[in-house]
Amino acid sequence: MRRSVFLILAGLGPCLAAGTILAQDAPRLRGPQPFTRETPAPPMQRQVTDDVRVRRNYPDQPPVIPHSIEGYAMDLNANKCMSCHARKFTDQSQAPMISVTHYQDREGNTLGGLAPRRYVCVSCHVPQTTAKPLVDNVFTDMDALAEPERQPERGRH
Amino acid sequence: MDLTRRTLLKTQAAAAAAAAANVTLPASAQNILTGEDLQLQWSKAPCRFCGTGCGVMVAVKDGKVVATHGDMQAEVNRGLNCVKGYFLSKIMYGSDRLTQPLMRMKNGQFAKDGEFQPVSWDQAFDEMAKHWKRVLKEKGPEAVGMFGSGQWTIWEGYVASKLMRAGFRTNNLDPNARHCMASAAVTFIRTFGMDEPMGCYDDFEHADAFVLWGSNMAEMHPILWTRVTDRRLSHPHVRIMTLSTYEHRTTDLSDMALIFKPNSDLAIMNYIANYIIQTGAVNREFVEKHCNFRLANTDIGYGLRPDNVLEQRAQHANDAQVSNASSFEDYAKLMSQYTVEKASELSGVPKERLEALAKLYADPKTKVMSLWTMGFNQHVRGVWANHMVYNLHLLTGKISEPGNSPFSLTGQPSACGTAREVGTFSHRLPADMQVNNPEHRKHAEEIWKLPHGLLPEKVGYHAVQQDRMLKDGKLNAYWIMCNNNLQTAPNTNNETYPGYRNPANFVVVSDAYPTVTAMAADLILPAAMWVEKEGAYGNAERRTHFWHQLVNAPGDARSDLWQLMEFSKRFTTDEVWPAQILDAHPEYKGKTLFDVLYANGEVNKFPLSEIDPAYENREAKAFGFYVQKGLFEEYASFGRGHGHDLAPFDTYHQVRGLRWPVVNGQETRWRYREGYDPYVEKGSGVQFYGNPDKKANIMGAPYEPPAESPDAEYDLWLVTGRVLEHWHSGSMTMRVPELYKAFSGAVLFMHPDDAAKRHLRRGQEVRIVSRRGEIRSRVETRGRNKVPPGLVFVPFFDASQLINKVTLDATDPISKQTDFKKCAVKVVAAATADAGDVQ
Repeated sequence: MRRSVFLILAGLGPCLAAGTILAQDAPRLRGPQPFTRETPAPPMQRQVTDDVRVRRNYPDQPPVIPHSIEGYAMDLNANKCMSCHARKFTDQSQAPMISVTHYQDREGNTLGGLAPRRYVCVSCHVPQTTAKPLVDNVFTDMDALAEPERQPERGRH
Repeated sequence: MDLTRRTLLKTQAAAAAAAAANVTLPASAQNILTGEDLQLQWSKAPCRFCGTGCGVMVAVKDGKVVATHGDMQAEVNRGLNCVKGYFLSKIMYGSDRLTQPLMRMKNGQFAKDGEFQPVSWDQAFDEMAKHWKRVLKEKGPEAVGMFGSGQWTIWEGYVASKLMRAGFRTNNLDPNARHCMASAAVTFIRTFGMDEPMGCYDDFEHADAFVLWGSNMAEMHPILWTRVTDRRLSHPHVRIMTLSTYEHRTTDLSDMALIFKPNSDLAIMNYIANYIIQTGAVNREFVEKHCNFRLANTDIGYGLRPDNVLEQRAQHANDAQVSNASSFEDYAKLMSQYTVEKASELSGVPKERLEALAKLYADPKTKVMSLWTMGFNQHVRGVWANHMVYNLHLLTGKISEPGNSPFSLTGQPSACGTAREVGTFSHRLPADMQVNNPEHRKHAEEIWKLPHGLLPEKVGYHAVQQDRMLKDGKLNAYWIMCNNNLQTAPNTNNETYPGYRNPANFVVVSDAYPTVTAMAADLILPAAMWVEKEGAYGNAERRTHFWHQLVNAPGDARSDLWQLMEFSKRFTTDEVWPAQILDAHPEYKGKTLFDVLYANGEVNKFPLSEIDPAYENREAKAFGFYVQKGLFEEYASFGRGHGHDLAPFDTYHQVRGLRWPVVNGQETRWRYREGYDPYVEKGSGVQFYGNPDKKANIMGAPYEPPAESPDAEYDLWLVTGRVLEHWHSGSMTMRVPELYKAFSGAVLFMHPDDAAKRHLRRGQEVRIVSRRGEIRSRVETRGRNKVPPGLVFVPFFDASQLINKVTLDATDPISKQTDFKKCAVKVVAAATADAGDVQ
């Protein structure tokens, strides 16, 4: 079953039209207008800490971290993330186990634990703040293309 | 239709019931996809971001990119991407993509003080051509210029180079890579006679020690950092030592952090050289056979405007690049001043740490990989710093073999492939040739089938000079492509913005999004990006990597390649070339620049039928021939047989990139070493064949102080830089919600004691003030960067906190690359700042 896809881009018109971007956020993308105007610094954003899993945009996307990681050790002696996400701790922590891909070394051999090349979790997994996106992102979820009628309106971000 | 949880459960229940009854329900009633709906078209591409050059697999469905993941077959990253790479799928889909040309207009006419209004491509190019022709006529080629990019594809850079140098007859073409790795590029040529690293990423799996000089790899080259950490954690003898002016995620995973005072890395390297000499660790045989000694001119100024007192006071500001032949003894004598005491005093690093570091280099059994990025290159003595690290590897012979590798990392995806190899710098031609060398110009004219004497010999304006000349009204027709210079150039309020808004100038910006730079232009041209066009990049290990066009750009957005070639049709040779050249070569008369530059029998010799039918190619369709193939093959003829050999065009669409020189189908991993590099003669062992005598230069230079240091009033060092989640000025990553929410705006990283001293709390709004300008930011005393007292760090990705209004436009006087890593600022609470003492 194939449906024609609604082309969101076609409806936008000139790029600088109002409505695609919130005025108070515009400087974060385009700078102050005019350039020489001094802009106040927006407040620092709060971390998301609700521990609610966020749907991935596509299967290979590393899940974002729904909790704060402030002060987590990630050095030669300790990797704090693994104290919940390692296989052996997940029954206590009820945290998701690290992906099976994380057991593989560069040559594709499966190791007995976290592969050293995957040690720095935060290279790929990032916490989130409660900031509202600066501008809509019209990326299309592959499920929406296959089954447009099943997609809730949200999920475009 | 909104599918609520309740209806979802109902359809699932129906599916279960149907399955029990052995009945197939319509697809809309199933909870999984089957058949055709599951199919995605996967193709390879390099990542759009940094110079690492990771391979990604890109999934397309119904004309949209719907997924990306790390390419398992890509040697660079073997299936991994960093968080930016994993979100590549979304970078093209910010809803404020530019889809039409926009021009400043009043009453239906172009007006410098008008408002942006949509225009057609014809209107845009007509207006542009009018200004180009006026400026060329009134002032000549030196008043026309272009600021290009290390993110240009290889053919985009090549087309731009031909258009500017051969078309408009000016070398006022420079890439944003000038801000990024000019110091590295210049020093490669000065040392080895050839640009780019001798080693490659395979060194990561062979080194015993990694020494990072001004590189926060954990954030800026995260996938290469996975290879370093893999090596370190898998092999307990391996050590990581990181030199930096503050602690960060890379020092977190290092065995030793050496936090030094800005600019004192010069003294540390000279101390290590001295240690190597004093302890008898010089590899005498290697040095005698393969090295020359030279001493650099000293007291060379800071690349500021010539009337600056620092330039007038400097003895060798005008001949900074000069060096003189010397001897081991004279070099050793210069180095002998740099005792461990002196190095420790200048740098603030404890003596024991300096000694531990020196031992790594001196021990013949330890294979050392030195890595550096912007800490070295964005340095008022960046060329010297690059020299000094090569000195250490050359003195010990630890070079050009697996694991022994001085390795310059790059920040942009094709800083090497385009800016350097194609030669889009104001002084360069393809394959390391130089515009001020008559033989090189002649060779380029022959390959380009152009009349002799056409190419200009004068070195053009470099990046910082372009800004100054725009401001001074000497550069008047200016095209900025694929970069966001008004956010990333230094001292922008005083030196960049005034030139863009100077009424004498017409400034054009091509970009995919409305950036800070675009908003200050007179004409904005909408650009296709990444997989919206067929492309090629060259990464930091000499790897050339291709991709196909996978989707169409939105609206009227077109690639930089199309824009440059289409614009060239609006000029005839009679309008832009001198009469004497045309009189001597009448066959070129009356032709368009498109005809003579691109329809020259070479570039247009491959028909559309050679394009892989599985992929779209808008540029080829527009011009009627396989544009990319013709441009690449003509360009490759510069380097084949000269140590820059590239494989045939079609090969690159099959493989995950190849490291040049590619000779007899084989890539080269280690250059200059017999057995690895086919250009090295049998029996010679090592040959640095870029230089006529096949020897490398060990260059002696002293420590010299920075252009500006903190004082009683401006009492803090300001260091600027990047963060993992955003790429450079953030024009792509700030439009990806997950990346924006991961690092939602710049902050001022400050030591808690410095904050307390100024009665500042975490999160408080402050002014960051220098002698040039000021911005407002928020204090961060925790987090990933731990700065020492007396130093603050501010990233530059946030367009609402334009830290480059504050930075100083001092450059390395040799490479002309800006030092974004050190100037003096003060930080005061926003409410009580005294704006009166700021210009």
